[in-house]
Parts: sequence; C-alpha cells; structure tokens
Amino acid sequence: MDTTFLEYLVFFAAAAMVLGGAIGVITLKNPVHAALGLVMTLFGIAVQFVAQEAHFLAAVQVIVYAGAIVVLFLFVIMLLGVDNAMDLSIEPIKVQRPLAAIMGLGLGSLITAAVIKADSSTVLPGAVGDGIDVATETGDHDSNIKQLAENLYGDHVFAFQLTSVLLVVAVAGTVVLTRKWPKADAEDTDASLPTSPGAAK
Amino acid sequence: MIGAIEPSWYLILAALLFSIGASGLLIRRNPLIMFMCIELMLNAANLTFVALATKLGDINGQTAVFFVMVVAAAEVVVGLGIIVSILRRKPGATADDLAELKG
Repeated sequence: MDTTFLEYLVFFAAAAMVLGGAIGVITLKNPVHAALGLVMTLFGIAVQFVAQEAHFLAAVQVIVYAGAIVVLFLFVIMLLGVDNAMDLSIEPIKVQRPLAAIMGLGLGSLITAAVIKADSSTVLPGAVGDGIDVATETGDHDSNIKQLAENLYGDHVFAFQLTSVLLVVAVAGTVVLTRKWPKADAEDTDASLPTSPGAAK
Repeated sequence: MIGAIEPSWYLILAALLFSIGASGLLIRRNPLIMFMCIELMLNAANLTFVALATKLGDINGQTAVFFVMVVAAAEVVVGLGIIVSILRRKPGATADDLAELKG
C-alpha cells in the first residue's frame, strides 16, 4: 500500500475524530457525553502530533489532557451531580445563537482564507528550513525528544523552573478556594470538631 | 500521483477546531461545557504550533506547546475549583446566574 495514501488516511481519520468530538462537545446535552467528545478530540490531536513526528508531545497530550484533565472534568461532573435538566432550547438572549454561529463561521473562514493566502506567498524571512521534518533531519528516531530536551533545558530552563512555581501556586490556590473553612465567628467546639484531628475521640 | 500532506492542512484543521470552540463558548451556558470549549481552543493553538514547528524546522514551537500544556493544566485546576465553589453555593447555576457580582 502506498505510504502517501496511508498518510492521507491517518490525516482524514484523525481530522474526523477532532471535528466530530468538538461538535459533540458543543451540541450534546449530557455533560458526561460532552467530556467523552472532548476525549475523542484530544486523541485525534495526539494522532496529528504523531503524524508530524512530535512523538513526545503526543505522549504528553494523551497523559496530561486525555488522562488528567478529562478525569478532573469527569470528577467535577460526578461530584456536582449530572444535570440532565440542562435544556438546550432555553435561550435567554434570542439573537445570541445565530450571532455566535455567524461569528464561528466567519472566524473559521477568515483564518482558512488567511492560511491559503499565506501558503501561496513566499516563505517567511526567518524560516530555518522549508518543510523538512524536525525529527527526521538527522535520521535518528530519538532526535525529536533529544532536540526538545536540549531546547527545554538549555534555552528555556528558567521558564521551565517557573512552571513549577505556577503549578504549586495553582494547587495552593485551589485548596484555598474549595476548602470549607470553619466559621470565624463560631467559637464553640461544635464548629471546630470536624477540622481538629485531636478532638476526634 | 497525489502529493504529501501540506502543513497548511493542519492549520486549516486548527482554524476549524478553534472556531468550533469559540462558538461553543458563546452558545453553551453550562460553566463546565464552556470550560471544555476553552480546552478545544487551546488544543487548536497547540496544533498550530506543532504544524508550524514542522513546517519551519524549528523546535521552539514544540517547546511552546509544552508550556501551553502546563499552563492549561494549572488553569483547569483553578477554574474547576472556582466552578465547584460556585456550584456548591448555587446548584445548577448557569453562566447567566452568575451576574450577582455586577455592581
């Protein structure tokens, strides 16, 4: 079988996954079904990453997005209870949906037109290569991860350290936001019982 | 004989994904679904980064995708925390019910 045909098959199958899942996210009533549509979109994006030789990012996409983030979404949906009564036919603002659809169509066609226009023009002045695959330049299968690691821990090592600060701040902020604090004005022992471990007996 | 897949096809796919996410953010009123639409738009941006990194032969685009993923994870954690604390106070609240901060 032709390799180019296989590439086309992979591209269009993954594109159908991406777009079908995205349309499922914005049209399905049940939030759980919408989260499953999001999973389908994220897996399609991971397939597109593999098709472009970005193997490490595809693995991270599956682990972080389809693993952690969607599980977090499903966890919150289950925690708050599935709301089946979410009626899509209720429209508080009458013109909002047609306007949103027009905006979406306009945005999509505008960016598509810009891409097609830019594709037929000359190569960017700062372009390093002309369509050469990042990973296959050296013919080494590990070179994508090697290049990414050298770039990440070389040029961007300070930003990489700052992301750890960001994650710690995010976790601490979420704990502060969602924890049920004991009432400040409740001085009696009943309010402080569930939070003090020594009072459990 | 058909040619290889052009990088601009990935850009067009990302444009379609971004516009679907943007319209969904405007159409839906469930805060969780609106959050998922933001994730769709972030993924469209990631796909654009990777497509241009491949097209230009520059690994910096893939590094940018890595940072976008980290920031998206932090954003989801904080955003879902806010949504949980809102919906615990007002169960079944939609985005329209959150106008009480208005002065």
